[in-house]
Amino acid sequence: MINSIPLGDAIEAIINFLVDHFSFLTRAFSATTDTLLSLLEHALLALPPWLFIALAALLVWRLSRNRGLGVFALAGLGLIWNLGLWSATVSTIALVCIATLVAISIGIPLGILSAMNRTIYRIVFPILDVMQTMPAFVYLIPAIPFFGLGKVAAIFSTVVFAMPPAIRLTCLGIRQTPPELVECAEAFGSNRWQRLVKLELPLAAPTILAGVNQTVMLALSMVVIAAMIGAKGLGGEVWKAIQRLQMGRGFEAGIGIVIVAIILDRVLQKIGARKR
Amino acid sequence: MAKIEVENLYKIFGPHPAKALRLLREGRTKREIMEATGHGVGVNDASFSVEEGEIVVVMGLSGSGKSTLVRCINRLIEPTSGTVRIDGTDVTALAPDELRRLRLAKLGMVFQNFALFPHRTVVQNTEYGLEIQGVDPSARRAKAMEALELVGLKGWEDSHPKQLSGGMQQRVGLARALALDPDILLMDEAFSALDPLIRRDMQDELINLQEQMQKTILFISHDLDEALKLGQRIVLMKDGAIVQVGTPEEILTSPADDYVARFVEDVDITKVLTAESVMKKAETVAYLGTDGPKAAMRKMRTSGISSIFALDKTHHVAGIVTADDCAALIEAGGGELASILRTDITTVTLDTPATELIALIHDLPYPLAVIGGTGKLQGVIVRGTLLGAIAGRGLAQ
Ligand SMILES: Nc1ncnc2c1ncn2[C@@H]1O[C@H](COP(=O)(O)OP(=O)(O)O)[C@@H](O)[C@H]1O
Ligand SMILES: [Mg+2]
Repeated sequence: MINSIPLGDAIEAIINFLVDHFSFLTRAFSATTDTLLSLLEHALLALPPWLFIALAALLVWRLSRNRGLGVFALAGLGLIWNLGLWSATVSTIALVCIATLVAISIGIPLGILSAMNRTIYRIVFPILDVMQTMPAFVYLIPAIPFFGLGKVAAIFSTVVFAMPPAIRLTCLGIRQTPPELVECAEAFGSNRWQRLVKLELPLAAPTILAGVNQTVMLALSMVVIAAMIGAKGLGGEVWKAIQRLQMGRGFEAGIGIVIVAIILDRVLQKIGARKR
Repeated sequence: MAKIEVENLYKIFGPHPAKALRLLREGRTKREIMEATGHGVGVNDASFSVEEGEIVVVMGLSGSGKSTLVRCINRLIEPTSGTVRIDGTDVTALAPDELRRLRLAKLGMVFQNFALFPHRTVVQNTEYGLEIQGVDPSARRAKAMEALELVGLKGWEDSHPKQLSGGMQQRVGLARALALDPDILLMDEAFSALDPLIRRDMQDELINLQEQMQKTILFISHDLDEALKLGQRIVLMKDGAIVQVGTPEEILTSPADDYVARFVEDVDITKVLTAESVMKKAETVAYLGTDGPKAAMRKMRTSGISSIFALDKTHHVAGIVTADDCAALIEAGGGELASILRTDITTVTLDTPATELIALIHDLPYPLAVIGGTGKLQGVIVRGTLLGAIAGRGLAQ
């Protein structure tokens, strides 16, 4: 019989090594971030829900310039409040926002670099392929030893899971700049930075926004999965319902997630459409 | 010193051009090299120069290497071998930063597909080069507006390119290049995408601009009529190589080889065009005996001409009077028009073919006089109208 190759052992050894030597850092980081996060949540929850909902609906209306969507936000968030899922929803939104911010502030620059440099492209894109085909749950495992159970581990795995579209579409958007315009920028003596800022990024903006949209959606879905490692929020409600076999409660939380997803998706799409 | 000098320029497309270059220098054809090495020949041993203030048109069929040639001059395409000098500076030896500065300072470019930035307004497009130069915002806005006014687009500055017609977009492209006030304009098929009428307008406008501003212009065209109309000299290309360089007359009357001859065949109308069809009606003439130098001068001035045919009492052409002679005579206190009459004029008949006219007019100081059957003056032919008529005929086909 042929022995199986100890691939799992090897990966575990690497992760253990990293955990042994670096987890003191990541744990410290985790503690700070956790504090900041609960501060944000508390601040959001300090507003009375009805005021929050009204402000959110107003914001949705202004951003999307679509009254129907504003009304939908008002009704949807109202329903969530009525179902007693308000604090879970706020916690989910906070997690999604932070994970998205981190993902795009790493993803967009990385996308720009991959578009400008072939070597970086050749390193980054195969990693993205792996990241996107790896089942989401797998990211949860190494998150725990580094960050401990809880929200920071959830954010970490969410960022890893949600970042690829931001990188991919930023890179794509820049590479899609019509060659005759690039040639023109060159002919008028632009340097690389001027070409990027004055031509490529403005033209790529709608594509980049589409990437951000996808990142937000992926972040939302991962935040739900990350309930398994203590992300709480709406995903936590679903998770609890599964464990207690409360079918109705599970669907209520599920509907809450759908409402949040629809609102985020449509607002981002409308902004993207306006940029085009 | 020539403004632009191109010497033994080669461009080979592909990862390993050395072998292809060797074969090319051994005299193999573009096709053979493609088969043997998989490398494309863009430009093959091109040498020519453009003088300051000159319009040179590079002409050839599609794929003959015109775009590659013009892009080697500002190094949008890196030449494989050879030198390009602009005002004596070897462009091929410049470091990237120096090259960028040269492009900004001296080389305006206009593109066939306009290449306007869709996210910028007309005026923002126009000031792009100035922005790159670091000119401060109010000064660059002023210069851009000036350039837009020059190309007749005042009032459109806040529109976006896609709101404009093709002809207007190309004017923006031209204004963007002119705003920088470059010495040299490189124009790659700048008018090819425009429909014939607008195209003719733009050609006229370019000629006007060049007369006003004395730019050095390298114009690319696949259209002989356009080349005849615009070019003070024409560079004819085939398969990346230059087959002939010459004035429009030389190209028409003594094509260097079969390729040029076939090109020129399209303008076979030169054979069917006659003096009658290309002449201008002789509307203003001076009459010996009745007109004095002052009257002749006034006639020339109102018609905007620099010489005038003079008729005798029988209305036959006696000769020509130039504005310079006329002015001198007036200065000297006046006198008979006959005293300054030049009789060394050339006359042709109504049915003289255009090919002969071209040969005749080439080094003639005065217009040709066209004489009818009765011996009376029917019309005049100047060099500009002749080429214009030939070019116009070709376009109208
Ligand atoms: N980037 C390129 N890569 C490979 N071959 C090219 C490239 N650009 C042009 N060529 C080839 O070089 C030749 C000349 O092209 P071009 O200069 O565009 O001709 P023209 O402008 O006269 O139509 C053509 O055979 C074309 O296929
Ligand atoms: Mg071309």
